[in-house]
Amino acid sequence: MPVAIEAQELSKLYRLGQMQAAYGTLRDSTSRLAARLAGRADPDEKQEIWALRDVSFNVDEGEVLGIVGRNGAGKSTLLKVLTRITTPTKGRAIIRGRVGSLLEVGTGFNPELTGRENIFLNGSILGMKRREIQGRFNEIVDFSGVGKFIDTPVKRYSSGMYVRLAFSVAAHLEPDILLVDEVLAVGDAEFQQRSLGRMEALSGTGRTVLFVSHNMQAINQLCDRVILLDGGKVVEDGDPSAVVTHYLHSALSSGSQISWPDDASAPGDDLARLLSARVVNEDGEALETADVRRPIGIEIGFRVLREGPPVFAKIKVSDNQGAIAFNAMDVSAHWNDHSVPGRYVATGWIPGNLLNEGRVSVEAGVWTLHGAKLLPHGHRYDAVSFYVYDPGDGDSARGRFVGQLRGVVRPLLDWSVERVD
Amino acid sequence: MTQIEEERLQRTAPVPRPLESRPRGDRPTFVIRPAPRWPHLDIRELWHYREVLGTIVWRDIKVRYKQTFLGVVWAILVPAFTATVYVVVFGKFAKFPSGNVAYPSLVVAGVIPMQYFASALSQSSMCLVANLPLVTKVYFPRVLLPLAAVLVPVVDFLVGLPVLITLMGLYGTWPKGVQLVSAPAFLALALVTALGIGFFLSSVNVRYRDVPYIIPVFLQVLPLVSGVMYAVEEVPTKWQWILAVNPMTTVISGWRWAVLGAPEPIWPQAGLGAAVGIALFLIGLTVFRASEPRFADTI
Repeated sequence: MPVAIEAQELSKLYRLGQMQAAYGTLRDSTSRLAARLAGRADPDEKQEIWALRDVSFNVDEGEVLGIVGRNGAGKSTLLKVLTRITTPTKGRAIIRGRVGSLLEVGTGFNPELTGRENIFLNGSILGMKRREIQGRFNEIVDFSGVGKFIDTPVKRYSSGMYVRLAFSVAAHLEPDILLVDEVLAVGDAEFQQRSLGRMEALSGTGRTVLFVSHNMQAINQLCDRVILLDGGKVVEDGDPSAVVTHYLHSALSSGSQISWPDDASAPGDDLARLLSARVVNEDGEALETADVRRPIGIEIGFRVLREGPPVFAKIKVSDNQGAIAFNAMDVSAHWNDHSVPGRYVATGWIPGNLLNEGRVSVEAGVWTLHGAKLLPHGHRYDAVSFYVYDPGDGDSARGRFVGQLRGVVRPLLDWSVERVD
Repeated sequence: MTQIEEERLQRTAPVPRPLESRPRGDRPTFVIRPAPRWPHLDIRELWHYREVLGTIVWRDIKVRYKQTFLGVVWAILVPAFTATVYVVVFGKFAKFPSGNVAYPSLVVAGVIPMQYFASALSQSSMCLVANLPLVTKVYFPRVLLPLAAVLVPVVDFLVGLPVLITLMGLYGTWPKGVQLVSAPAFLALALVTALGIGFFLSSVNVRYRDVPYIIPVFLQVLPLVSGVMYAVEEVPTKWQWILAVNPMTTVISGWRWAVLGAPEPIWPQAGLGAAVGIALFLIGLTVFRASEPRFADTI
C-alpha cells in the first residue's frame, strides 16, 4: 500500500512566553532586554516546552488514522504542522497528494457577505478552485438547507444556519488527504451526526483521513488505526479499540478497584468498615472498560465489627458531569434483625444496556437504616470508576446511530410497532 | 433526533465523488521541514495560490463599502475634500509655489497617489492581525495578505481619477504626449514601497501591537515631505536631494510630469527615490519571509 503521509521525527518547540502572552508591546521587550543586560534571568526565557517530540508514523493511502490524547498532548500542534500553518522545529514529513484541512468550520467567513459570497470565499480559502465551487454550488446550498437566505448577509443568520452553511462547504471539500481537527465538538447532535456520516463516506472512497477527536465513539467507529499522544510523544499506535481502551484507563482519575490494607485505615466506625470496592464482569474479573451491553458488577467488601442493626452495601452511580444516575442498596435480608460480625462481600449488578456511554463514577459505602433515615458507616465518593463503551455492532440502544445520545442512562427499550392505517 | 430527521439526513448526505484515478506520479508531493535559514520567495507556489489572492482582494473590495450609505462615492469625496483644504490653506493663504501648473491640479495630482499610498500602507501593515482566523487556521502563502492589501486601494485610486481629469479639463493642463504611458510605473513604485513597508510592519505587528500607533504619525508627516502641496522643483536644490530619499517624492513628481505635463523630474533624484523604494521592498520581503514560520505561533 502506498504511503500518503510519512512523518519522521517531527518535533516542535514552544517558548512558553510566546504561547501565553499572545502579544507584547515594545516596552515588554525592552524591559526584558534590560533584565538580561543587568545579568538577571529573564523569567520567560527558560520555559520551553516540546509540544511534539520525535513523532514518527506513516499513514497509508486510504487509511483513516485517529489521533487521541488529553488536552495539551500535542494533537492540535501535530495537525498544524501537517497543514503547514506552523513549521516543525526538527524532523520532516512527506505528504503525497492534495491536502485539505478542516481545523475549524467556517474559516474566513465574513459576516458582512451573503451566504453565496461566503461559499466562494470559504471554498477558495479551503483550497477549492473557483470552477469546482461553481460546479457544486447547488449541492452545497441544498445540503445546507439555507435555501432562500442564500443572498442574505450571514450576520443575519441564526447560529444554526451559520454552522450548517459552513459545514456544507467543508463537506464538499474532496482532497486526496483530509486533515480534520475536533470539528465534531461543535454544533448539535444533528450536525455531529452529519460530520461523522460525511467522514465515513469520504473514507469509503479511498481518501486518506487524519482525524483528531475526543469522541471515542467516533474514533472507534471511523478509524482503521489510532495513535495515542502524550506529552508530545507517540505512546501507542495500533488497533482503535486497544488504543482507546488504554487511553481511557490512563485518563481516569479513580481506578476500577480500591482496597484498604487494614481495618484501622479503612473508612468506617465501630459498627462497620468499608474494606474494598471493585468493578467486575460476569466472570468476577476486574474491568476498567465495560461493554454497554453486558452487566457490570460493583463488588463491595466490608467488615461488621459487632452485633448491631442490619448493615447493607449501597452505591451511588454518577456520570462524568456528576449527574446522578441512581442510588441502589442491598435490600435482600441476610440478617433477620441484626448483623453478625464478620467479613462480607456484596456485589450489585448493573444490568447491561442501562448506563450511557462514558465515564461512570461509583460512590460505595456501608449503611444502616435509622428510622426513616439512611446512616453512613464507611463510604467513599468516587471510590471506583469505569468507562462504558459501545463497540457499535448495532445491537445496542443506539442501533446504527453513531452520534451522541444524551442522557445519564440509555436503556434498550422494548418497542412495539403496529401499523394503524 | 427523531427517526424522521435521521432518514432525512441519510437522504441528503452528499455522496463524495470517487477519488480521481490519477497515475501516482501526478500526486503532488510536498515535504514539510523546519523553516529554512535563508528566506526565499517561492514564485511557483504563489502562482498556485493566485485564486486565493483574487478571493481576498474581491472580499475586501466587497466588504469595504457594504453598509455605507454613499458607498464607492467616498473614494471621490475623501481626496476631493483633502485637496480642497490644501488648495484653500496652502494655495490661497500661504501662496505655495506651484510651478507651471495650476495649483488645484497640482494638489489633486499629489493627493490621489498619496491617498493610495496611505491606504495601502495602513492596510498592509494591519493585514496579518486583521486576518487572524485565517493565519491560525488555514495555510496559504502569507505574502498574499499584504499583497492583497496594496491591490485593494487601487480601486479607490481609479475611482478618484475623474476628479483629477475634471480639474485638468478646467485648467487645461493636459498630458504632453507619450510620457503619459509612464504614469502606471510611478503608481507601481508607490505600490512596491507601500508593500515593502507593509511587509515589515505587518510582521512586527504580529509580535508588537505598537504599529497602529506609529502609522498615523508617519502618514501625517509624509505629505509634507513628499511635495503633495508644493512643486518639488521650486524647493532649493540641496533640499530637493533630501526630499528625493523619500520614494513618494519621486512618485508624485513623476506622476505630475506624466499626467499634468509638469516639468520633467530630475532623473538622478527620481532614481534615488526608486532605489530606496525597491530597497524597502526587498528588506520588507526578507523580514516577512524570515518571520513567516512563527506568525501562527506568536500572533
